[in-house]
Amino acid sequence: MRPFKTLQKLYDEESQVVITEKGSPPRALFYGEGFLQEDLPVGTRVIFPRPPMAGVPNVKAAIRWAINHPDGMDPLHALLKPGMRLTCVIDDISVPLPPMVTPDVRQSILEVVLELAADSGVDDVHLVIANALHRRMTEAEMKRMVGEKIYDAYYPDRYYNHDAEDPDGIVALERTSHGEEVSVNRRVAESDLIVYVNVNFVPMNGGHKSMGTGVSNYASLRHHHNPKTIRESDSYMEPKASALYRSNERIGRNIDKHLKVFHIETTLNNRMFGAPTDFLAKREEDYTEGDRLKFQAMRYALSKLPRAAARKILNAVPAPYDVTGVFAGATEPAHAKTLETSWKQYVVPVEGQSDIVIFPIPFVSPYSVNSILNPLLVQVMGLGYFFNLNRGVPLVKKGGVLILLHPAYDEFDPEHHPSYIEFFHRLLPETRDSMKLEHKYEKEFAENPSYVHLYRKNNAYHGVHPFYMWYWGENGRQHVGKVIVAGAENNHVPALLGWDRTDTLTEAIEEARGFMGRSATISLLRIAPTVMVDVK
Amino acid sequence: MLAGVGEPSPVPASLTSPPLECQEARCHMPSKAAFFDVDGTLVKTNVVHVYAYYAMNRGSVLGIAGRTLSTALSVPLFGAMDTLDRKTFNEFFYRYYAGLTEDRLVTIAEDMFEDVLQPALFEQSQDLIDQARRSGCKVVLVTGALDFTMRPLARHLGADDLIANKMQFVGGKATGKVIPPIIEGANKANSIRAYCAKEGLTLDKCHGYSDSASDYAMLAVVGRPTAVNPDLRLRSIARAYNWPILDLK
Repeated sequence: MRPFKTLQKLYDEESQVVITEKGSPPRALFYGEGFLQEDLPVGTRVIFPRPPMAGVPNVKAAIRWAINHPDGMDPLHALLKPGMRLTCVIDDISVPLPPMVTPDVRQSILEVVLELAADSGVDDVHLVIANALHRRMTEAEMKRMVGEKIYDAYYPDRYYNHDAEDPDGIVALERTSHGEEVSVNRRVAESDLIVYVNVNFVPMNGGHKSMGTGVSNYASLRHHHNPKTIRESDSYMEPKASALYRSNERIGRNIDKHLKVFHIETTLNNRMFGAPTDFLAKREEDYTEGDRLKFQAMRYALSKLPRAAARKILNAVPAPYDVTGVFAGATEPAHAKTLETSWKQYVVPVEGQSDIVIFPIPFVSPYSVNSILNPLLVQVMGLGYFFNLNRGVPLVKKGGVLILLHPAYDEFDPEHHPSYIEFFHRLLPETRDSMKLEHKYEKEFAENPSYVHLYRKNNAYHGVHPFYMWYWGENGRQHVGKVIVAGAENNHVPALLGWDRTDTLTEAIEEARGFMGRSATISLLRIAPTVMVDVK
Repeated sequence: MLAGVGEPSPVPASLTSPPLECQEARCHMPSKAAFFDVDGTLVKTNVVHVYAYYAMNRGSVLGIAGRTLSTALSVPLFGAMDTLDRKTFNEFFYRYYAGLTEDRLVTIAEDMFEDVLQPALFEQSQDLIDQARRSGCKVVLVTGALDFTMRPLARHLGADDLIANKMQFVGGKATGKVIPPIIEGANKANSIRAYCAKEGLTLDKCHGYSDSASDYAMLAVVGRPTAVNPDLRLRSIARAYNWPILDLK
């Protein structure tokens, strides 16, 4: 046991940034469905998530207060009229990660809103999941999200997934000033009032993106889900630095011009782990003996389990997130408050960029809930999401090295990701150039009748979705000089993705230093829970 | 000439003028097609159901009894042959049509469609075909069944063309022999290749849909194969080659 003075020297109690010293403990790092325990070189900057903010003491009271005191709109009860057509549009299972313990905050919102609607004589109510081109949620997932009572009352006729390929189910509104097509789910477009039920997991969620993306279709999404827009976005999480955000804003403003949308946005803290595994959110310096034992036991058990079993166990543990804020009203003022609260929870200020940045990749992503984190999703986690967890300046220097920790196994879920398989095995061997992929193959995949059928009738992501995953990594790919996947269990997956591989993190750091120089600076983003950096 | 294609056009009137959005978007002429196997892929039935219907509509009590009895007695044989070799099965099976008149076969085909095929259509078959059309494909049915039995179905589904077996008729009566090449197995692939050449379609961009490993050649010849309600062998092939798998209901 180190004396307290030594511990105090190692890190500042209030700081989320720890500089590794000789006596620093090894780090507990996510590695797909398992964990690594790694000693880092002296001088490595480790950036930890902030501790969870306090949740609101009474979630339903917070919801009621928000809908009675909205920003930029009348209170919800004043908008509800007997006989009107009301549609509640709900964020899908891609947020939060992992799915939160029940009752999900969406259930709490709906319970309040539906009760108010019934009291106001509004009977024509539909609940539409804003899955855009994501997979349809299964019945069990839908039931879990809204609770049994609402599910039984509304499913399947009045509670369903949005279908972006229903030829009669989409309405085109007027184009934006930039010529972007604006398409919206027909039921939504023909409603007198829309209540958008949002869970803001990261600052990229919510705002104009909710309606502009969630209930739209390929024709509209292709105007911003493309390599050019992504290249022009310095960070997806910072509106000022995101061309993606600006496009969604233009589309969303058009929607707001034609439809009456009352947003209810919610923010969560980052209490991702419950009591048995809450040590994962701690700094290793704060681990108790019990925490160390639990970590070793978990690491050992997960390493001995078949991967599918480990995945099933990890996916079965919900996150005990607390609701930290509820904001209601018009799109922009409500979202501005959401962003403030979100940044307050996630953002850690750091001094300067690093030559080498390490991202541990966990088992879950927005697109692999109850599924497999396939190679394209590993790519999107590293170069897409984690790279963009900043406020406009990436943590890694231009031309620097990203090290990802993941086995990079060649596994795909044919039920959820059928078009990913073809993309990875047929297209990537030909080219990794996003522009070429978009030009030559995007439309073919988007219109492939088999993929459209699997999206509409089964639980598959849309045929075009793997392209979006590839584009998502585009600004990261353009920025970094090299990507190394440490612990990759094969050669061909990293090779197809254009990455180097090493067996261990130590070897990866050695290779990265060979590339960037012996004095290269190193940072580790100790994720998860979620953490964003504000690089000064 | 391709079997079945040169017959009186199965093209429904609605398809002769493409829909407006099609005219705007892309459609001068489609450069690709979606080739659909029928039995087990789009409908739950197979050729035996179709023949059984004809047997039951022989025209006289004796005829009905005779054909129904012989069909019933042959069922185990059909099953065994179908499992072993689809080509032999078809050749053997079509002998049972011998002696039936052409006009009667065509007339009964309409009733047979309403009574047998239409109720057996998978609900999602039409969606899949409509989607293929929206994506700019010509829709072509490719089946080992006889052309006259499939024409009402092709019309109902809005298919552009039909590649099917053709019965030989002499003096207005079926001989029980099929005009070669018999459309099955490798010949389905040959017919598709020839059809694409004739229609100026790019084989690589074409889609193929089937339920059976006996159609492996047909699926392998197109650039975009899909297994639909596949048997065990085809499911395993589809998994191995990363072909999409659809379970139509």
